[in-house]
Amino acid sequence: MRYLFVLTILILPRLALSQDWEDEQLFGPENPGQTLRIISSTDTSFFEPIISGFLQANPRIAINYFVTSTAQIDATIRRDPAAFDVVISSAMDLQFKLVNDGYAMKLDDINHPDWAQWRRSLFGFTTEPAAIVLNRQAFSNHTIPQTRQELIQAMRARPEIFRNRLGTYDVRESGLGYLFATQDARTSETFWRLMEVMGSLGLNLYCCSGDMIDDLIAGKILVAYNVLGSYAAARKDDDKILEIILPADFPTTMMRSGFASSHTMLPETAEAFMRYLVNVQVETNNRSGFPLPPLNPVKDIESRSTISLSPALMTYLDALKKKNFLQEWENAVLQ
Amino acid sequence: MTETVHIRGSLRNQLAITLVGGAALLAVLIFIIVRSYAAQIAQQGQDDILGASVTSILDAAVIRNGAIEIDFPYASFSMLNTESDDRVFYAIYQDDKLLSGYPNLPRASVSTGMESDFRTELFDATAIRLATASRVLIGAKLRTNITVSVAQTQDALSGTLNRISRNVGLFGTGFFLLTTLLSVWVTSTTITPLRRLTNSVTRRGPQDLSPVVRHVPAEMAPLVSSLNNLMARLDQSLKQSEDFIAEAAHRVRTPLATVRSHAEATLHRVEREDNRKALRAMMRAIDESSRAAGQLLDHAMITFRADHLELHKLNLVDVVSDLVTRLSPIAEMKHIELHLHGDMSVVVYGDPILLQNAFRNIIDNALKYAPSESGINIFVHAKPRPTVEIQDQGTGFPPNKMSELVARFSRGENAKDTIGSGLGLTIAQDVATAHKGTLTLSNLQRSGACVTFSF
Repeated sequence: MRYLFVLTILILPRLALSQDWEDEQLFGPENPGQTLRIISSTDTSFFEPIISGFLQANPRIAINYFVTSTAQIDATIRRDPAAFDVVISSAMDLQFKLVNDGYAMKLDDINHPDWAQWRRSLFGFTTEPAAIVLNRQAFSNHTIPQTRQELIQAMRARPEIFRNRLGTYDVRESGLGYLFATQDARTSETFWRLMEVMGSLGLNLYCCSGDMIDDLIAGKILVAYNVLGSYAAARKDDDKILEIILPADFPTTMMRSGFASSHTMLPETAEAFMRYLVNVQVETNNRSGFPLPPLNPVKDIESRSTISLSPALMTYLDALKKKNFLQEWENAVLQ
Repeated sequence: MTETVHIRGSLRNQLAITLVGGAALLAVLIFIIVRSYAAQIAQQGQDDILGASVTSILDAAVIRNGAIEIDFPYASFSMLNTESDDRVFYAIYQDDKLLSGYPNLPRASVSTGMESDFRTELFDATAIRLATASRVLIGAKLRTNITVSVAQTQDALSGTLNRISRNVGLFGTGFFLLTTLLSVWVTSTTITPLRRLTNSVTRRGPQDLSPVVRHVPAEMAPLVSSLNNLMARLDQSLKQSEDFIAEAAHRVRTPLATVRSHAEATLHRVEREDNRKALRAMMRAIDESSRAAGQLLDHAMITFRADHLELHKLNLVDVVSDLVTRLSPIAEMKHIELHLHGDMSVVVYGDPILLQNAFRNIIDNALKYAPSESGINIFVHAKPRPTVEIQDQGTGFPPNKMSELVARFSRGENAKDTIGSGLGLTIAQDVATAHKGTLTLSNLQRSGACVTFSF
């Protein structure tokens, strides 16, 4: 990577004027032939190895990588579809609806398992379960709960310990949080009981996994519900503090997904990037240096734990359904 | 006797074309019908699912606290999942106001209580199937109309249709090929009796005018019965001709014989030399006429008999020796001796009258051309083929005209002063041909002619 260098951009591009990015970086040579614009909800650190690998194979290309929330991605693409060439998001439902609404280009040459792609346009490239992440200090002399039910019992047993020290996504802001919450609610009533218990104890709401994990490590909160396990696992140095639990009753697993914009000016490059991304992520061996979890080679159809790419994802995006769900959620959480 | 047959069309081709054409037409028809039927069924399948989706959304609509709430199930959309990942669009309206969904989706107006409406529309430059249904909600102070439309692209449907088309196309082609094979078989089976009849008629001998007795299909019965009828009439008329000839022979020969005997009687009585000379000339002319008439009638008789050849097992030696006995008096008058040589018994199958006639003509010829005080040698052999050879000691045939001698009314150049019609060898030749034999003329090394009749 001698010839590559990373530029943290100080100049403000056109879009930066109107939008606050969580992060924005330019990778690649100084005078690139093309600059591929990627909008993503994935932290740059997770994506950098993939970008570097792609640029190594395509030295004439530069990549401008923008990070923002899933809801922002959806809004941005709907407003200006031509502004970005590749769209990466963890909110499967929003991604699905964008593709359904015709914002994605068909990439017929990418070979991908059927269950992990939709219309040869939207490609799932990670398998990531939603986890309960605990601060071990809180459970030093207690059994660590393995299911939602056990978590409810643990919180009920020691309410004074957990009061105002619980965290989860603010589903009104986080697309991924909303996806996890709706899938949980669809699967089991336990979700609502958990929300009620957590709400009654006082729940801190977060926009993003990162902030939640930061607060967990700092000890501000003791339990984080529905965090991306991959983000927690990435904090290996804080291994002793954090306990990552994949709920044994029912795991909710999502796929990070990406598509090439149908309005892209660089269709070949966008397709090449998508192909590279998918190929890297399907490769399960030798993943050192790639912090992003791979796509499980076989879908666990039996347990239906992985959220399917199907039109049903649009259900909770319906305005009426969303209004209802948020109402119910607020009733449970904000007491 | 080959007559030109005027041919127009071919039964076999006509039959084959009709059958194969019919099969092709049927195959195309089957393809069209099955495909359109399959299209209907496939479309029905999609409509059913769209309708179920619409219904499940409509059923979830309730009025709660004076407001519309539609908490439709996850299944409403998950049931729309297809193999080809078809896109899904929907819209929920309260009266004319869009509650949620896609604002630009084409609207189908349906009256409440009616069946769901299904139509194909264009949305986002893609053909979509749109299902719409409506329902009235009645609350405490509210009466409102909820309309739900769910639409889906038709990728899976067209995929299914393509698959069906391919299969039906293969099926149709197979059907066509099978039917073609069948029609080839049917055609040849149908034509076979006709060909058999043709063969049996063609294979008949030229004189076989018997009716066709082989079994034929009902459709060919009129043809065969006409043919039999025709042959019967032909046979009848041939027989009449034969009878006529026999009658004519009789009527001509008898008066001639009478005239000759009168002339001979008169010759004995007449003294004057010039009168006797005239009478002799007259007798000579009568002989010639009588002989010519006889030969002509012989020839005619042979022509007809040859057409109705009746083969009998007979001994050639008997036939020839009988002739020799009968002709010996005439030969003696000319001081010629007839010698019969050869085998004792030579068995052949033949018509005795014809054979006798042929040999008599050959021997007659020999008697005419043989000089007095000579002998005529007749050889009858069984091997290598049954043969009758008649040799005289006359001047022989003119070597350069030998092939013409057997033609009708042709006589050798050396025959100027010999009585004859020129039919003798022709008769012998015809009889030989009728018996599938040959007549060969040659000259002996020493003076003399040789006629070889072999079977």
